[in-house]
Amino acid sequence: MRRVVITGLGMVSPLACGVEASWERLLAGRSGAGPIHGFDTSDLACKIAMHVPRGDGSNATFNPDQWMDTKDQRKVDDYIIYAVAAATQALDDAGWKPRTHEEQIQTGVLIGSGVGGLGGISETAVILHEKGPRRVSPFFISGRLINLASGYVSIMHGLKGPNHAVSTACSTGTHAIGDAARLIALGDAEVMVAGGAESAINRIGIAGFAACRALSTNFNDRPKQASRPYDKDRDGFVMGDGAGCVVLEPYERARARGAKIYAEVVGYGMSGDAFHITAPEGSGDGALRAMQAAVKRAGITPQDVDYVNAHGTSTPLGDEIELTAVHKLFGNADPSGLSMSSTKSAIGHLLGAAGAVEAIFCTLAIRDQIVPPTLNLDHPSVETPIDLVPHKSRKREVEFALSNSFGFGGTNACLVLRAPQ
Amino acid sequence: MSDVAERVKKIVIEHLGVDADKVTDDANFIEDLGADSLDTVELVMAFEEEFGVEIPDDAAESIVTVGDAIRFLDKATAS
Repeated sequence: MRRVVITGLGMVSPLACGVEASWERLLAGRSGAGPIHGFDTSDLACKIAMHVPRGDGSNATFNPDQWMDTKDQRKVDDYIIYAVAAATQALDDAGWKPRTHEEQIQTGVLIGSGVGGLGGISETAVILHEKGPRRVSPFFISGRLINLASGYVSIMHGLKGPNHAVSTACSTGTHAIGDAARLIALGDAEVMVAGGAESAINRIGIAGFAACRALSTNFNDRPKQASRPYDKDRDGFVMGDGAGCVVLEPYERARARGAKIYAEVVGYGMSGDAFHITAPEGSGDGALRAMQAAVKRAGITPQDVDYVNAHGTSTPLGDEIELTAVHKLFGNADPSGLSMSSTKSAIGHLLGAAGAVEAIFCTLAIRDQIVPPTLNLDHPSVETPIDLVPHKSRKREVEFALSNSFGFGGTNACLVLRAPQ
Repeated sequence: MSDVAERVKKIVIEHLGVDADKVTDDANFIEDLGADSLDTVELVMAFEEEFGVEIPDDAAESIVTVGDAIRFLDKATAS
């Protein structure tokens, strides 16, 4: 199989529109949390979220007009606009603009979403109920389908290679990058734009995730303290919106065209819990097997891993189970050299975009030799020799970074990235 | 400009994302204003919503320019 490297990055996050601004603010310990705006929360248990900061585009705000025609914006839910923005940034960053037919058919796209156009489906259901089927927009379906994030990116950039999408809840972004890397490794494509996008901060999304008791509800008056992975007072995740995309290509090709190489995708592992629709299996067996598979594929030992970007959503059950799984991954070996943080403490849980955004943070941790912090980790609920990077980012050597994602339905995915060799 | 014409042009500008000066009476939705067939379906829906009328499919098919829409809606709202 061919070696696959990351040569372009793009991001829309609750901290900023853009990779570098998001990363700087993450390292500085800033949080994207605040009160929910845009819809009524008076009867919702959770009244906080991590919105994408909107504006005219200055100061790294997100201005949709910079990324998509206003005519097209009206036809789609926000996750598609975020995906287009992140994919466009990533292609620009990689310096890759396929122009010839040959270049176009070699370049594919694989962007997923956890829930797709939840907001538009909810609004259209009300229109159907109140005004009847003649008022349902001809763009209702095409603006809500999960694979239309890939569809729009493909059309706008002329990408005629594999046109694919994944939807594995909160593991989506990780599966998308892992699967796209496989397509390149096996020779199905030369370049892939891969990632995830989500816009689930709407009334039905918050109501639904609150109903299954996944969201934080104790910090409505202190939103920036609500996402607190591993802390004893954590009580659920904080929803975030956004998208992350990477450009992947074979190592030899990146070298030949003189592209900057951020990192190599050396490991990818997957597993299923076969346990419960929403709860993680208590022993951490599924998470452990996904990490073991990724580490094995990378051809390294667990002690070689310098940094883990945890799934760490700040739910009472999940954080400790993941930590247990990491301890089991190390077995009898000493895990004290490992740093493991949850950047969801700063950006919230981006569901289907989480794995993609977090893989980008791993890539930047490798580039800058620094690990981002776990905010609000005042009193860890468990004792561990692992450095959970409380409060402040920390300079350290990072050659291998591992990124975990676990989703509803018991779907687990793990990537291992390596500094360019 | 009549009230109907003004409201029609506003909808066209908003839905097709085009400049106001391009939205002339003889502008063809598909050939001049960049609409595709689904855009025209949505435009007709927007006209129905704005003017509280029903535009049957065969009538909708004959509305291909801005002027066609204005004339149809002038008549439909007058009766």
